[in-house]
Amino acid sequence: MDKRLERILPRVQKPARYTGGEYNQIMKDKHSVRLRMALCFPDIYEIGMSNLGMRILYGSTNEMDGVWCERAYAPWGDMEEEMRRAGVPLYALESGDPLSEFDVLGFSLGYEMAYTSVLNMLDLAGIPVRSADRPELLPLVFAGGTSCCNPEPMAEFFDLMVVGEGEEMNADVLRLLMRAKDEGWSKQTFLREAAKIGGVYVPSLYRPVYGEDGMLTGVERAGGAPERVTKRIVTDFEHSYFPENPIVPSTEIVHDRVNLELFRGCIRGCRFCQAGWAYRPVRYRSAGRSVGMGIRAVENTGYQEASLASLSTSDYPELPALCDGLLEWFEPRSVSLSLPSLRADNFSMELMDKVQRVRKSGLTFAPEAGSQRLRDAINKNVTEDALLNTCRIAFSGGWNTVKLYFMLGLPTETDEDVLAIAELADHVLHCWRTHARNKNRGVRITVSTSCFVPKPHTPFQWEPQVTMEEYLRRVKLLRDNMRAKNVTYNWHDPDTSLIEAVLSRGDRRLGPVIEAVWRDGGRLEAWGEYFSFERWMRMFARCGVDPAFYANRTRDPGERLPWDVIDLGVNKACLQREREAAYASRLTPDCRAGCAGCGAKLLMGKEFVCE
Amino acid sequence: MNNKLRIRFEKTGRAVYVSHLDLMRTMQRAFLRAGFPLAYSEGFNPHAILSMALPLSVGMESVCELMDFRLRDPADPAVLPERLTAAMPEGIRVLEAYEPERKFAQIKWLHISGRLEYDRADPAGAARQLTALFSQEALVIVRKTKRGEGEADIRPAVREISFAPGEGQVTLQALISAQNPTLNPTHLVSAVERYLPELMPDFTVFRREALFDENMQAFR
Repeated sequence: MDKRLERILPRVQKPARYTGGEYNQIMKDKHSVRLRMALCFPDIYEIGMSNLGMRILYGSTNEMDGVWCERAYAPWGDMEEEMRRAGVPLYALESGDPLSEFDVLGFSLGYEMAYTSVLNMLDLAGIPVRSADRPELLPLVFAGGTSCCNPEPMAEFFDLMVVGEGEEMNADVLRLLMRAKDEGWSKQTFLREAAKIGGVYVPSLYRPVYGEDGMLTGVERAGGAPERVTKRIVTDFEHSYFPENPIVPSTEIVHDRVNLELFRGCIRGCRFCQAGWAYRPVRYRSAGRSVGMGIRAVENTGYQEASLASLSTSDYPELPALCDGLLEWFEPRSVSLSLPSLRADNFSMELMDKVQRVRKSGLTFAPEAGSQRLRDAINKNVTEDALLNTCRIAFSGGWNTVKLYFMLGLPTETDEDVLAIAELADHVLHCWRTHARNKNRGVRITVSTSCFVPKPHTPFQWEPQVTMEEYLRRVKLLRDNMRAKNVTYNWHDPDTSLIEAVLSRGDRRLGPVIEAVWRDGGRLEAWGEYFSFERWMRMFARCGVDPAFYANRTRDPGERLPWDVIDLGVNKACLQREREAAYASRLTPDCRAGCAGCGAKLLMGKEFVCE
Repeated sequence: MNNKLRIRFEKTGRAVYVSHLDLMRTMQRAFLRAGFPLAYSEGFNPHAILSMALPLSVGMESVCELMDFRLRDPADPAVLPERLTAAMPEGIRVLEAYEPERKFAQIKWLHISGRLEYDRADPAGAARQLTALFSQEALVIVRKTKRGEGEADIRPAVREISFAPGEGQVTLQALISAQNPTLNPTHLVSAVERYLPELMPDFTVFRREALFDENMQAFR
C-alpha cells in the first residue's frame, strides 16, 4: 500500500471503504492486460457499491479478454482533504494505482446531483475536467447511465457518452479503443470511429446553435456523426450477464444483500416516471433461471438476505413461482427475501407473509397524487379502493405503520387535488380504526411530499416545474389541513428539486455553471451536508444563466429540445398523445393490456411483440 | 450442540482497516461461503454464536487473533484453516483451528511489535533515548476514559520492552498487559509524547504477535 495512504487511513472515518481487498474483487496482472478501465461512480463507496448496474458492468467488462476493470468512488470530505494535503491522487481500489495511469475512465451518471462529483473525481485524479483540455487519446473519459438521456449539461466534460444498457455497448467501445491504442490513433480519429458504434454520442462532433432569443435552433454536426443516437439495449435478457459472484464489501453498504434483477423496463407508463419510459421495452428473465442465479449469488457471497430489484416487482409474471423457488432453498438456510417495490393494487397478503415472516414493520405506498382525477392524469393506475383494500388486509394482519409518498406540482394539479392528500390520509386512518387487530399499539401514518421534477423523454418533458414559492404554498395548504394526530406530514425542500429540474432538462450552457459550482467547492451534492442552493444560484447569475428558463417554462411542442439528439426508442408522437391524455385525465392501459404504440419494441427488431 | 471451536487468524495488509463490527459480519459470511454455517443461539433474536478475544483497533495488524464459535454441523477442525482462508477477504488468513483449552479471560500478556517512523529525527539516538525512558520506574500518562480525563501509570503494564534503530524508523518489541489492565499500544506513544515530545514519531504501526497467560505460557 502507498506509504502516504497508510498514514492517512487511520485518521479518516470508515477507512475500509478506501482500501479494496474485498472478497470476490477481481485481480489481474496489469502487465499482461491490454486495456485498463476504471469504473467510476460519482458518489461514495456505500452508494456506488449498492448500485446493481455497477455490479453488472464490473463483472461483464472483466469477462472481456485483455481488459481489467477496477472501481473508483468519490471520497467523503475528510478523506478528500487528507488526499489533497498529502498529494495522494484518486486511485482504483483493486490495484491502488492512480486513475491517471488507466486507459479509460467510465463514469456512471444516474443522478443530476452527482454531476459536480464527476469533475471533482477527475480533478482528484489530476485529469483535466474538460474533454477539450485532454488532447491525448488516453485516458479516455466517458459516461453512461440514465442521465445520458439528456447528455448536454455534461457534454463538454466527456469524450463520449453511451446511451442505453452498457453490457454490450461498452465492449464495442473498449475493443475499438484497444485497436486505437495498438495502432496509435489520434483522439480525433478514435472519436470519429466511435461515433459509428450504435448508442455512442460524441459531444465534440455536435455543436448547438442558439437563436437571438436564447432558444436552441439547431445542431451542427461534424465527422459523419449520426443525426440521432439510438439507445442500445440487451435484446436477450434471459441470457444476459448477471453477477453471480458479486464483491462482498468488508464494511456495511446501503443495500448490503444480493439484488436479483428479474426484468428491465416497466409495463405501467406512469407519465411522470423517466425510468418507465427510458428502459422500454419490458424484458423478463424466466423464474427458473432467476432462481438459480439468486441461489448461486447467495452461496457465493454468504449474504443472508436477497432482494428483488426491478421497477415494479409485483408485475413480474412468474412472481409466485420465483418466490417459491427461492424460499424453498432460502428457508432452511435462514436466508430472508425482501420485496422493495410493491404496488398497492396487486399487493397480496399471502405474498407478504411469505417473504417477510420476521418483521411486520411498515408498508410503503406511492400513490403520488391525492385525488383519483390527478392519479388518472399521471397514469398512476391505482385506485383509492385498491389502496384502502390493501391497508385493510395489512391492518387486520397486524401491520401498524403506513408511509404514503406524493408529489406536489404535478401538471394539472389544483388545490382540490392537494387537499385530497389529506383526505386520503384520513381514509387510511379510518381504515385502521375499523380493521386494526390490536388498537392498543396505535398507528403511524406518514405522508411525504416532494416537488415534481419534469424529466426528458417523458410525456411531461414540455411541462413547467411549479416555482418554489408555489410549491411551498401548496405545502402550507396541505399542512393546515392535515389535522389527524396519528398522521405525520414531511415535505422535502424544493431547492434540490429546482436544481434537478434545471440540470435534467438543461443544454450545454449549463456546463460552465456546473464547472463553476465545482470550482467553488461543490461536490457530493446528493448529501445535505454538501448541497448548497445559494452557491448554485450565485453561479447561475455569474454565468448569465436563468434557472427559470429551464425549470419553470412551458416548452412549445415544436421547440427543439436539447435531448432530441437522443432516441430512446419512444416516439415523440406517443409522448405528445400521453400528454393530451393527461390533460383529459384519461388512462392508458399498461403494456400487457394493450400496446400504446410507443415504438420501443422496434429496438428489439421488427418481429418482436411485447409480452 | 457441537463443541466450541477456536481459530487463530491473522489480519494484516488491507484487512487492518476492517472494524471489529464489520469483522464479525465478514466472519459469518465467510463461514457460510466456506460451507461451515455457524450455529445460532436460541430465542427471540437468534444470532450466530461467535466471540472474539480482545477486539483489535482499526489500523493494527495481528497474527494472533482468536475467535470462538460453534458450527451448525460437526466438522473436523483440521480442514477449517484452508477452506476458511479461501473464503476470506484479502489480508485475513486462518492459521489454525482447535478445541479451546482455556477461556479468553486467562489471557494476560500480549507480545507486540511496532514501527515508529521518523521522517527527520536520527533513529539511533531515538532508540537510545526511548530505551532510557522505558527503564524509568513510572510513566504517567493522561488518558481519556468514560469518566473524563485521568492520569495513569502505564509502566506496570509493560513487562518488557526494547527498541532498535532501523532505516528511518525505530522498531520495538514489547510484552504488555492484554487485560486487567488493558494497555493499548498507542499509550506507549502517549508516554513518548509526554516525556520526549521531540521524539514523537511521524507515524506508528503496531502488530500483535502472540498471546500468553499470566505465567508466560503460550495461550491456546
